[in-house]
Amino acid sequence: MPKQLVSLIIDGQSVSVPAGTLIVDAAKQVGIDIPVFCYHPKMEPVGMCRMCLVEVGRPVIDRVSGQPVIEGGKPKIQFGAKLETACTTPVSEDMQVVGMSEKARTGRKEIVEFLLTSHPLDCPVCDKGGECPLQNLTMAHGSSESRFKFDDKQHQKKHVPLGDLIWLDRERCIQCARCIRFQGEIVGDAVLDFFRRGRATDIVTYSEPGFDSIFSSNTTDICPVGALTTADFRFGARPWEMNSAASICTHCPVGCNTTLNIRREARSDGNMVIKRIMPRQNEQVNEIWLCDKGRFAHHFSASPDRLAKPLVRTGELVTESSWEEALNLAARSLVEAKQDFIVLAGGRLANEDLFNLKALADGLGGKAALYTHMGGGYLTTLAGVSMDTNFGEMGAGTSILVAASDLYNEAPLWYLRIKQAAARGATLILAGARETKLEKYAAHVIRYAYGDEAQTIKSMQKSKAGQAAAEALASAQNLVVLYGSDGLGLEGSASLAEACAGLLDMTGHAGKPGSGLIGVWPHANDQGAWEMGFQPVADLAAEFKNKLVYIAACDPVGDDPALAEALKSARFVIVQELFQTETTRLANVVLPAQAFTEREGSFTSGERRVQRFYPALPAFGETRPDFSITASLAQKAGLELEGTSALLIMNKIASKYKSFEGLSYARLAEVREQWPLVGRGDIYYGGAIYANTQGLGTRLALLEAGSLPGTKPVESKRPSESELLAIPVCKIYDRGVTVLPSTLLHPHIGDASVSLHPDTAVRFKVQAGSTAQLTVNGTAYQVKVLVDEKVPASVALLPRSMGIPINTPATISLKAA
Amino acid sequence: MAHILLRHRDIPDINKLEVYRKNGGFEAFKQVVTSMKPEAVTEVVKASGLRGRGGAGFPTGLKWAFMDNKNWPHYVVANADESEPGTFKDREIMENNPFQFLEGVAISAYAVGAHAAYVYLRGEFWQVAAFLDERIEDMEKAGLLGGKLFGTDYELKIYTHLGAGAYICGEETALLESMEGKRGQPRLRPPFPPSFGLYGKPTVVNNVETFTNIPMIFSKGADWYKALGTADSAGVKVFSLSGRVKKPGNYELPFGTTFRQLVYEHGGGIINDRPVKAIMAAGASSSIIKVDDKALDTPMDYASVRTLGADLGSASVIVIDDTVSIEWVISKTVEFFKHESCGKCTPCREGNYWMMHVIERMEAGEDVEANTELLLSVAKQMQNKCLCALGEFATMAVVSGIERFPDDFTTSSIGGGHA
Repeated sequence: MPKQLVSLIIDGQSVSVPAGTLIVDAAKQVGIDIPVFCYHPKMEPVGMCRMCLVEVGRPVIDRVSGQPVIEGGKPKIQFGAKLETACTTPVSEDMQVVGMSEKARTGRKEIVEFLLTSHPLDCPVCDKGGECPLQNLTMAHGSSESRFKFDDKQHQKKHVPLGDLIWLDRERCIQCARCIRFQGEIVGDAVLDFFRRGRATDIVTYSEPGFDSIFSSNTTDICPVGALTTADFRFGARPWEMNSAASICTHCPVGCNTTLNIRREARSDGNMVIKRIMPRQNEQVNEIWLCDKGRFAHHFSASPDRLAKPLVRTGELVTESSWEEALNLAARSLVEAKQDFIVLAGGRLANEDLFNLKALADGLGGKAALYTHMGGGYLTTLAGVSMDTNFGEMGAGTSILVAASDLYNEAPLWYLRIKQAAARGATLILAGARETKLEKYAAHVIRYAYGDEAQTIKSMQKSKAGQAAAEALASAQNLVVLYGSDGLGLEGSASLAEACAGLLDMTGHAGKPGSGLIGVWPHANDQGAWEMGFQPVADLAAEFKNKLVYIAACDPVGDDPALAEALKSARFVIVQELFQTETTRLANVVLPAQAFTEREGSFTSGERRVQRFYPALPAFGETRPDFSITASLAQKAGLELEGTSALLIMNKIASKYKSFEGLSYARLAEVREQWPLVGRGDIYYGGAIYANTQGLGTRLALLEAGSLPGTKPVESKRPSESELLAIPVCKIYDRGVTVLPSTLLHPHIGDASVSLHPDTAVRFKVQAGSTAQLTVNGTAYQVKVLVDEKVPASVALLPRSMGIPINTPATISLKAA
Repeated sequence: MAHILLRHRDIPDINKLEVYRKNGGFEAFKQVVTSMKPEAVTEVVKASGLRGRGGAGFPTGLKWAFMDNKNWPHYVVANADESEPGTFKDREIMENNPFQFLEGVAISAYAVGAHAAYVYLRGEFWQVAAFLDERIEDMEKAGLLGGKLFGTDYELKIYTHLGAGAYICGEETALLESMEGKRGQPRLRPPFPPSFGLYGKPTVVNNVETFTNIPMIFSKGADWYKALGTADSAGVKVFSLSGRVKKPGNYELPFGTTFRQLVYEHGGGIINDRPVKAIMAAGASSSIIKVDDKALDTPMDYASVRTLGADLGSASVIVIDDTVSIEWVISKTVEFFKHESCGKCTPCREGNYWMMHVIERMEAGEDVEANTELLLSVAKQMQNKCLCALGEFATMAVVSGIERFPDDFTTSSIGGGHA
């Protein structure tokens, strides 16, 4: 139901806003800036800093009639004796707000003077200088001189690590509590709070380790002073020295919009380097937030292990070569292979790269496969979400089912936004074999044993918890189902996807706007690959045998050393990569690709939003964009593909694939005003987050769903008495090739570990904290043993991408090392 | 006249349940629960003219009537934080006449439909809390608390809760935050506790002395009570008299008693018979009254004290004679408020710290005139900007002290006249 509109006058301007709007927001909507420090439009007002003081007049109400007193045809307005805080006062009919009177201006000037009495005024050496609300509001509202004696200033510690990623300067803090409130209200990890009182009030962390949150860096964007800085950027550069380029985060399927801040600097040998990654506002994707992985795991693009030139193998000898030589050799082999070749593409590739790879495979008669451990993606192209789905607007009437996914680790921003949707009244249902962080906010929790995923979703009504959940699903106006691969390999996840799609179908939600199926993919652009018809293959080793193998942006041998032998049995191996990997070491030709920071392109997020990224840095060495490499290769093999412009490839994608119909780079670059206002002159209000001027992206169209395929029975793998079933799970900070080069995150990555229930640990005679020997597929690994009561009995949770090949549940053996 | 609140001064051992009951104790509670509708109870309190004794003087019955009846459960909280410097009345009541206080709490709980009531005591009152716990247990054993009270369906439990030593927790919303286990910092108001109180539920918060008045209003009638005191301020008040008087202590007197009567008839006059120079009627949170004959003859009720440019507050009357420098007095109040500022809002957090430093410079003899001017300016700059009353109170002694006693802020007068 739309809210009733309330009309009022702010500094002479008439405004109509929904009832309940705060004066500060009403003013902002008509371009009037009422200065704030503690208020933030994403959080509840607290009225602490007192910066937003204004004069407020309200109609005089006649005590007898209860009606406003009319004077000269207008309601008589009476102004209060005191200034009021615009951030805590909701608008009311015929209210008059005066922010520019002498009284209001003096009030604000006095508040600035108070704030500066305890502030060190070290702007020249402060990271926030240049994009600092306190600096800007002091210039706008403060006095040019202070009556406070500098010698009376309280000196505090200036380098306090709250955790290993965030530093606090206690002198600069103005006690606005934005960071405390962000962690409590928005994240739900209340790890910060005030300590002591009065002028001694400090921000402290209560968690062990300190500031234990994967969203911690957002506090540095909304901090209105330079009190909070990141370990990555502090003392790194001044804001005005950096250029910016719009980009998309490549670490998970959420597709957070980012801005890369770059600078050419002496300390990097005169090269252009990324200094920091900032969130770029997209209220439908990441709002104004980023997870710490997205912000800090960017160093891979500048890794010293990057490949600068093509490599060619002659026998055992690998030598650098020219592009011409490498491409000729690769193309000749491709032609010789005839149709006996397979293209294996990773989900890190852009839509344009995938399009060319698929076109090459189709054009020359080979096979195109997606390298992934998670299946069922074609169902998201049929029953996925479309235009009207936005976690940020979900509330009562929407049910959200999360099956077999630990969103906190797999897709942090979805975790954050679904948590908030639940707070707004959406019914959250979690189906999982183990307790995950999001469960705290769930209305219903369905617990199953690993292996029973699809069956559980199919026969939900059979359990008591499931029954209530099933009713919530059936009665929901909108139903969004997210499925993941917690404990699932290719087959199991495909099966779960079918069960989830079946559920949407059965409850009448399939194909409805506002409803749909979302895959929590391991990579940023797996969705794009599915949309273009890539399929995963079950047995890679069998696919490699005697074929030409063309691998792009994935490292199958690094993930599973057992595949080395299989790749050696291939007739020829072409690998297109950023770095040397275990896979490139077995290649006949290695083609060096550009990182996403060096070129343009687009990704399709798990929510089926196509979003552009832009070049930020010059190309590294002689690298070329993936789509261009593929086109050159194709051309030399006799197939014409577009290889010069990503824009033109997008046009081809739009004409070939129905779901991309009508898409173009121009459309993807469209923007419209978003609320709250951030960045630019509005840093004091929304934070130093970048405003989105380069494109909000566009959702793919929903295809005719037709009838969805039924569920195949899955054989659940269960351990025998003496065995142990290893369950692959996700850990946000892992040893993935794009994470590991960020040394800053190493303390969070840790060693390879296995998590066991205490009873299981006793059974296998291993102790918490000790090192054990774990054998999988005949290879033994040393792992650290973690013991946790939340782990189901008789399974061993083994994080993926931590050096132990595990993609699907597997029987392992475990003994004390 | 027999005491109404400090009845232990007339009746020995009234802090024992049997003695209190022998003297009519809990008859009012019984009468109310067995024969009156809750709304009727509130009406009686309204008719009595009783105003809150915590300092603001808000009509008690009206506050109870504001309780939001669409939101349940309701709670009653007794504010026993008693932290205002110069106030020591609630402690005497709780230690010596506890049952009358607890009966008042119980009647209030019945009036607003609460089944749980809490007594929030400042942390230093741990002995009082232990004593009250025993008295609550006495009441439970006697069937005066618990279920099926007096054969009805009404049930009530009373609990004590200790604070952790912050002055700000006497502010009702900070008190509620503290009770919820959070930092003791004031909330934004509105909403006020009768609509959003403890755990977000409608809550009556009244001072200990306010509650202690309630039983007698029911046993003797609202009209009897209203006839005591003045038209503006009904009933009696416990005045905590301190400072340079010969007989400091608590004095229960009708509203409208003059300062002169309190200081000379009851307080025995000034030490060494010096003249009265100033009075702080509301503890450290006072505007300092410059005392002359007119001031001394002013009746102590809420309206009359206001004519002197001050407030009666919780009636903790601190008497200052001509041996004491007002500059020294405000150095003490500022130090107190600087120590007790919770730090939530800017003007109070920064302003008190600043004022303290200005005073230190003045006392070191550094440009007294300019620093006095600065001090006055900083205090005025804090006014009307703070989130709660603490910050506002912190400025009152400073502004009134400097404006009314300029002679105490000169280079030659600084540093003289400690009490």
